[in-house]
Amino acid sequence: MAEVLVYVDHVDGAVRKPTLELLTLARRIGEPVAVALGNGAGDTASALAEHGAVKVLTDEAAEYADYLVVPKVDALQAAVAAVSPAAVLVPSSTEGKEIAARLALRLGSGVITDAVDLEAGGEGPVATQSVFAASYTTKSRVSKGTPVITVKPNSAAVEAAPAAGTVEALSVTFSEQATGTKVTSRTARESTGRPELTEAAIVVSGGRGVNGAENFSLIEGLADSLGAAVGASRAAVDAGWYPHSNQVGQTGKSVSPQLYIANGISGAIQHRAGMQTSKTIVAVNKDAEAPIFDLVDYGVVGDLFAVVPQLTEEIKARKG
Amino acid sequence: MSLRIVVTVKYVPDATGDRHFADDLTVDRDDVDGLLSELDEYAVEQALQIADDADDAEVTVLTVGPEDAKDALRKALSMGADKGIHVEDDDLHGTDAIGTSLVLAKAIEKAGYDLVVSGMASTDGTMGIVPALVAERLGVPQVTLLSEVSVEDGVVTGRRDGDTASEQLQASLPAVVSVTDQSGEARYPSFKGIMAAKKKPVESWDLSDLGIEAEEVGLDGAYTVVESAAERPARTAGKIVTDEGEGGKQLAEYLASQKFI
Ligand SMILES: Cc1cc2nc3c(=O)[nH]c(=O)nc-3n(C[C@H](O)[C@H](O)[C@H](O)COP(=O)(O)OP(=O)(O)OC[C@H]3O[C@@H](n4cnc5c(N)ncnc54)[C@H](O)[C@@H]3O)c2cc1C
Ligand SMILES: Cc1cc2nc3c(=O)[nH]c(=O)nc-3n(C[C@H](O)[C@H](O)[C@H](O)COP(=O)(O)OP(=O)(O)OC[C@H]3O[C@@H](n4cnc5c(N)ncnc54)[C@H](O)[C@@H]3O)c2cc1C
Repeated sequence: MAEVLVYVDHVDGAVRKPTLELLTLARRIGEPVAVALGNGAGDTASALAEHGAVKVLTDEAAEYADYLVVPKVDALQAAVAAVSPAAVLVPSSTEGKEIAARLALRLGSGVITDAVDLEAGGEGPVATQSVFAASYTTKSRVSKGTPVITVKPNSAAVEAAPAAGTVEALSVTFSEQATGTKVTSRTARESTGRPELTEAAIVVSGGRGVNGAENFSLIEGLADSLGAAVGASRAAVDAGWYPHSNQVGQTGKSVSPQLYIANGISGAIQHRAGMQTSKTIVAVNKDAEAPIFDLVDYGVVGDLFAVVPQLTEEIKARKG
Repeated sequence: MSLRIVVTVKYVPDATGDRHFADDLTVDRDDVDGLLSELDEYAVEQALQIADDADDAEVTVLTVGPEDAKDALRKALSMGADKGIHVEDDDLHGTDAIGTSLVLAKAIEKAGYDLVVSGMASTDGTMGIVPALVAERLGVPQVTLLSEVSVEDGVVTGRRDGDTASEQLQASLPAVVSVTDQSGEARYPSFKGIMAAKKKPVESWDLSDLGIEAEEVGLDGAYTVVESAAERPARTAGKIVTDEGEGGKQLAEYLASQKFI
């Protein structure tokens, strides 16, 4: 069976969930071979093996952390040369997309970004994309070279599929460009204790209707009662009420949870672009004409300052 | 010596219009108004600020696109850029990201540059990869997705807010930079700016000016094929209730019925 390279997104050896989802998709096309780079790369092996990686190629060179993007492209290029895979899959983070693009160019291949599904096909893997703010669904494939495809979080289920996960050292020679852009300092984002926005099964968001940073505690309270992540519209972020890292939409995060609850958000096209593929959508808005109600499975026309606290209380009561 | 800045700007269908695909599965540009991608306004803004801070600088705006893409250049010129370059050729129809980056890189080399400034992503394709591709082709550092940028003594520095960390980056010119919508509000063109823009030079280049063969770009030269495009079925109308004191409880009941509680 053909091998499929999977680029591993991890933090000091802790594999992030979208990579495990990629292994599920990779198994539809061939045998997953994972590539883990940087500090802690070796520690990723057991989680990857559990989810189907037959091999884990690792390199812990300091360059991956010290310079932007290019060292990782060099490593993937070396892995492609070693394995001759049927495809290369990369998680669709901003960095993942840049790595994938440069790799494709070097391989003389095409690149597809932000796939939401992937199937094997007669002429290579077929990617499903959700485009124009999720108003269209397209199916595309790479027609030249080794397909390089980035896949959005929550595009597949994480499945246990134990495999060997044999660790092998990947030998990488860095290109002249590798050290072009130096990372002079790095500040890790503080953990909120809540689930990662892009990975969460439930997202509770607040918009301009929340009317103040202090009122976001209402949104957080509802989120915590459901074990959800907290999102915000750009209006709320621009007003300084919530961090930009929590923005949902075209220029923020794209989320696709089981449940999305929009509170005091009108539903502008750029916001929809980041949440329209959510499985179930719920909104609370005092304006019955708000466009968000065109999307919802369930909507409450009302003042969020009355509805949200009552909802949170009721959830807590039901959960006991 | 003068700092030569090239800003890449894309002409896109208006996102608030009814965007759709033509029969050949390329973007239908006939039925929807086009405009300068809003996210490229931030690139123009940062380029103008960098130019203001330099002793001597020239800002060139570059677009690859159909006839009407000139509108995007005019807007950027009215914001304050010095001159425009429009790459237009019938053979470009249907070019994918790999092909677009080839055309941009050749045009940037022909124009001459010390710094390329791009947007974080287009508002139609939204791939967010063209700046990285252009850097790869030009063989210069990629300093992308910056929320803060400055250039001093031939060195570009900036802040990149990633998924898990915020990074401070540094590279020597020449380099390719891209900036996010967090980099600072873009200026509105003044009346004076709009009038001045009409007299600013715009060059038109085609593929032969750039030494690119027709087969390298367009639908035929593409490295990807779109096999189908289907309008997403409208979400089935949901249930909407008006809060009369029990709205929160009704919503909880719904969430429970869907097994979320
Ligand atoms: C290039 C570009 C990129 C963009 N990217 C993004 C993006 O990534 N994400 C994003 O969100 N936006 C983005 N935007 C902005 C977008 O166009 C909207 O301006 C924004 O989404 C509006 O946020 P909002 O819905 O919170 O505010 P508004 O549109 O002002 O809506 C507020 C809503 O709250 C309701 N409300 C007010 N008070 C209450 C109350 N007490 N109880 C209940 N409801 C109440 C109102 O009825 C209204 O519907 C982008 C725009 C551009 C041009
Ligand atoms: C819905 C949709 C899906 C697509 N999917 C794919 C795909 O999977 N694979 C693929 O190879 N192509 C794809 N394309 C084609 C691709 O979008 C175009 O080729 C485009 O020129 C490059 O990608 P982008 O618009 O996403 O640019 P981005 O990478 O998002 O653009 C970033 C920056 O690059 C600069 N830039 C981009 N294009 C131009 C231009 N024409 N002129 C000047 N500056 C520019 C701008 O500064 C812009 O802000 C898709 C197009 C659409 C509309």
